[in-house]
Amino acid sequence: MNHLSDLLLGRLGRDALPFWEMLKDPTTSSIINGIIATGAAAMVILGALVVAGLLTWYGKWKILWRDWLTSPDHKKIGIMFIIIAMVMLLRAVIEAAIMRAQQALGLGGGFLSPEHFGQLFTTHGTIMIFFMAMPFLTGVINHVMPLQIGARDLSFPVMNTVSLGLTAAGAALVMVSLVLAPFSTGGWSGYPPFTESAVNPGAGVDYWIWAVTLSTLSSTLTGINFAVTIYKKRTRGMNLMRMPLFCWVSLCTAILMIFGMPPLTVATALLALDRYLDFHFFTADLGGNMMNYINLFWAFGHPEVYILILPAFGIYSEIFANFSGKQLYGYTTLVIATMAIAVLSFTVWLHHFFTMGQSAHVNAVFGIATMLIGIPTGVKIYDWMLTMYRGRVRFSIPMVYALGFLMLFTLGGLSGIILATPSVDYQVHNSLFLVAHFHNMLIPGLLFGMLAAYNYWFPKAFGFRLEERWGYRAAFSWIIGFMLAFFPLYALGLLGMPRRTVTFFTPAYLPWTLAAGLGALVILFAVYCLIMQLWQSVRLRQENATPIGDPWDGRSLEWATPAPPPEYNFPVLPEVYSHDPFTEQKSGGRAYQRPERYADITMPANTAMGVITAVTGFLMAFGLTWYMWWLVIASGAVALIAVIARGYARNTTRVIPAAEVQRTHERWLDDVARTTPVTRDHEHTRANRGLAVPPEQGAIQ
Amino acid sequence: MSTQPSRHPGLNLGEPHAEAHSANEEFVFGFWVFMMSDFIIFGLLFATYATMLGGQAGGPGPDELFELRGAFIETMLLLVSSFTFGMASLALKYREDRKWLIIWLLISLVLGVAFIGHELLDFHRMFDKGGVPSRSGFLSAFFALVPLHGLHVTAACIWLIALLGQIAVHGLDHGVKISLTRLAILWHFLDIVWIGIFSLVYLGGLA
Amino acid sequence: MSHRELSAARARERATELKSYITGFILALVLTLIPFGLLAFTQLSRMALFCTIGLCALLQVVVHFRFFLHITLARNKREDLQLILFTTLILAIMCGGTLWILFNLYTRMLPGMIP
Ligand code: HEM
Ligand SMILES: [Cu+2]
Repeated sequence: MNHLSDLLLGRLGRDALPFWEMLKDPTTSSIINGIIATGAAAMVILGALVVAGLLTWYGKWKILWRDWLTSPDHKKIGIMFIIIAMVMLLRAVIEAAIMRAQQALGLGGGFLSPEHFGQLFTTHGTIMIFFMAMPFLTGVINHVMPLQIGARDLSFPVMNTVSLGLTAAGAALVMVSLVLAPFSTGGWSGYPPFTESAVNPGAGVDYWIWAVTLSTLSSTLTGINFAVTIYKKRTRGMNLMRMPLFCWVSLCTAILMIFGMPPLTVATALLALDRYLDFHFFTADLGGNMMNYINLFWAFGHPEVYILILPAFGIYSEIFANFSGKQLYGYTTLVIATMAIAVLSFTVWLHHFFTMGQSAHVNAVFGIATMLIGIPTGVKIYDWMLTMYRGRVRFSIPMVYALGFLMLFTLGGLSGIILATPSVDYQVHNSLFLVAHFHNMLIPGLLFGMLAAYNYWFPKAFGFRLEERWGYRAAFSWIIGFMLAFFPLYALGLLGMPRRTVTFFTPAYLPWTLAAGLGALVILFAVYCLIMQLWQSVRLRQENATPIGDPWDGRSLEWATPAPPPEYNFPVLPEVYSHDPFTEQKSGGRAYQRPERYADITMPANTAMGVITAVTGFLMAFGLTWYMWWLVIASGAVALIAVIARGYARNTTRVIPAAEVQRTHERWLDDVARTTPVTRDHEHTRANRGLAVPPEQGAIQ
Repeated sequence: MSTQPSRHPGLNLGEPHAEAHSANEEFVFGFWVFMMSDFIIFGLLFATYATMLGGQAGGPGPDELFELRGAFIETMLLLVSSFTFGMASLALKYREDRKWLIIWLLISLVLGVAFIGHELLDFHRMFDKGGVPSRSGFLSAFFALVPLHGLHVTAACIWLIALLGQIAVHGLDHGVKISLTRLAILWHFLDIVWIGIFSLVYLGGLA
Repeated sequence: MSHRELSAARARERATELKSYITGFILALVLTLIPFGLLAFTQLSRMALFCTIGLCALLQVVVHFRFFLHITLARNKREDLQLILFTTLILAIMCGGTLWILFNLYTRMLPGMIP
């Protein structure tokens, strides 16, 4: 009997339950930690049950399967990526708030056990990077980039569903680790030898390894897909230098994914070999060398931070141009700067381990390379400011995020230059100064960008604008909350408080940790505002509908389609003659025209490959984590068979007849004719149905 | 060489295969990008191997474990299979001759399988001499790098078998042609990686 | 399946492409035999051996790209060529950097790890 359960369940036992410790050994500390952990697990289970219940109640399972899970449509896949990102964001912010609360109360104690705190910062970091930021930016690029270059879909739609499946599997693994605990305590960077089995034999590190590996594979495939799409699928006349800047950053992001993800794949794979097959890459004995891991990890880690930042740069570029009613200033310099950043980002990884012991001249070389990145970034900041200069700036919600970014990101960049000086870094390395620095880059630079994109493109994706009162509240709370929560950490770092500290004994830290705790509360309020905004928007979706699809007087091709766009995006692929093609069409009176003739459109047919990937990927990772070898073999076999069988499939496309395309398009054109266009002054009113008054000549430079 | 400009790496099928030829531009390019990403993985494993050379921890080293003969045989098997795969591509392109195509593919497959078999034999010999991955950092690095290449070859062989099945079911339709073009690239690519392995690991280790 | 007769132009194209594979094969063979032969049958110094092995390997990589994968410098508008060059750059940065950093660390802290 015992033998059988070992075979079936591997090393999964009762002690994996989050309340086991508390029942076995009830002390105040174990009870508090147990209650928090059990509450989190309950929320996961409850959340899953509620979603399943709602789907059943409203009878939506079939629609979910047909229109979403098996859909190869890049727009829907993008939306699903973003949904994953938002759910994970919610969890990671709550964890961050708990950590802030712990440190606010942490003088000589606090309420969390070190073990629990370790899991919190590990999951928070891992989720924020791999399951919030990556899916979010992948989703936005997925949704927008093909529309902007005038394509019907990505180059490899089926691979796109596979990417989504891999990310979903990884995210699910991290969620399940709340119910069948624990997760790793090794931080998002998972440094050995702490993460080796000699020190950490449990399942936690294995959860981390497989979740991260799934995400990495997903991003590599995504990067390939984006790059090939941009190279091969641009519409007629859309040469590279006519692409919107967002497509340029997508290309550079894709290149960074293609070349930046492999080092992490190698690092986690070698760590897994150490842990599972007794290899000696990073062990402290038998010729292992943990410095190799640190080197590999950051050879990924630095390109990664530019994967995170670049898409937001593109988003802000679109937003600054659009809400200033002007062409983007310095397009060419922005393109060059983006490419320079992409290449330079491969040359600086050592700045994450200045203190590892290499010679001063090695540090100096990488320090200087790091500072060089400030130059192209500075170019961008000036270009954005000059885009606004003498424009008719509209302070819409995306613009609020963008302006917040412009100021805060510059500050964060300056603290980065400070850290790039090796001798200074020796002082503040591994302190909260660093934590302040990278949040100062990531929250304005990544999160605000994503939220701005969400507000900006939401009407395109769903056909109605997001509610604005709660939207402004959210934006301002994010900015204020961020400043309150993270500026104190600069001071704490300089006072010498190390990162990942659960308790401290220096009373001088207390005022600062309290202030940061207050900031976390404001951030929680911001998240609440975001939820309210979404809720109100759905409620008011009729009033705020923008079915014509151009609510902001947009400049690029995505605004030339209905909202939401049909699955084939364009009834006839457009031809492009300049930058800002849609603005040009509108001012030349050539927008919303009937094409001479319609043709059949071939689109990829639905496929279950994404779902199969998600299920087998999750089960395989789960089996590996808990040593359920039968599960690993079974799911691996199913995945292999599915891939081979897919090769035999033919007729994987679906033809949409010209007549149907024509009918849909003409219905929309009739709507256009019936709709009253609005000026920018009425952009935020209910009169905005998504049709803009053609721009006066004066507004365009 | 060919009169038309080349659209993608590897042998271009050309106009007579219009449908596959134009689809290939995107498919093969995508696969090529994937290969480059894989190249980085191998490159980093090579670099890691070089940094672990000194981590022998008193265990057996290259001199005791590697044999020139085995490495040479494996090199020849792969090189010849690269050539025969090239012949298969030509048979596909010019005559659409199923018989010769399948013969060349089968020869390549046999050579590939022989390579894997011989490599396994080599590993077995190393194990007998105490060269197991858990012995030292150096051996760990060896057994991450070289078997990863072997795994790739295995995957390529499985793909080839699956494609032979597809030929049986669908004939030489454009789906098969696209896959064959990509598999050819993988096959040649693996031979390139092997150049690195026999040069750095085996020859470098024995020099 | 169809056993088409080749037009003269196609036949010529086929001949050149066949020649390309054969040339590539012979060159690769020579570039393999040289280092193996030197190692097996001569007493060159280690340094000389390393250099020839490295050189032959580099040349052979180029041969494979040129004759088996049909990548040439001549044809313009080639994303795949740009990609190889970019990959080479990244490989050089990452691998070169790794070796530089780690061996520098070894000289300072772990002299035992230097082979
Ligand atoms: C929403 C507001 C956020 C708050 C309040 C917050 C708070 C925190 C806290 C308290 C820590 C632990 C610091 C320590 O080591 O003592 C932390 C770590 C971290 N955070 Fe955040 N964070 C936020 C958003 C983000 C975002 C948006 C990202 C990335 C996209 C991010 C990525 C990370 C990473 C990578 C770590 C390091 C984890 C580790 O030490 O391994 N955080 N954060
Ligand atoms: Cu960095």
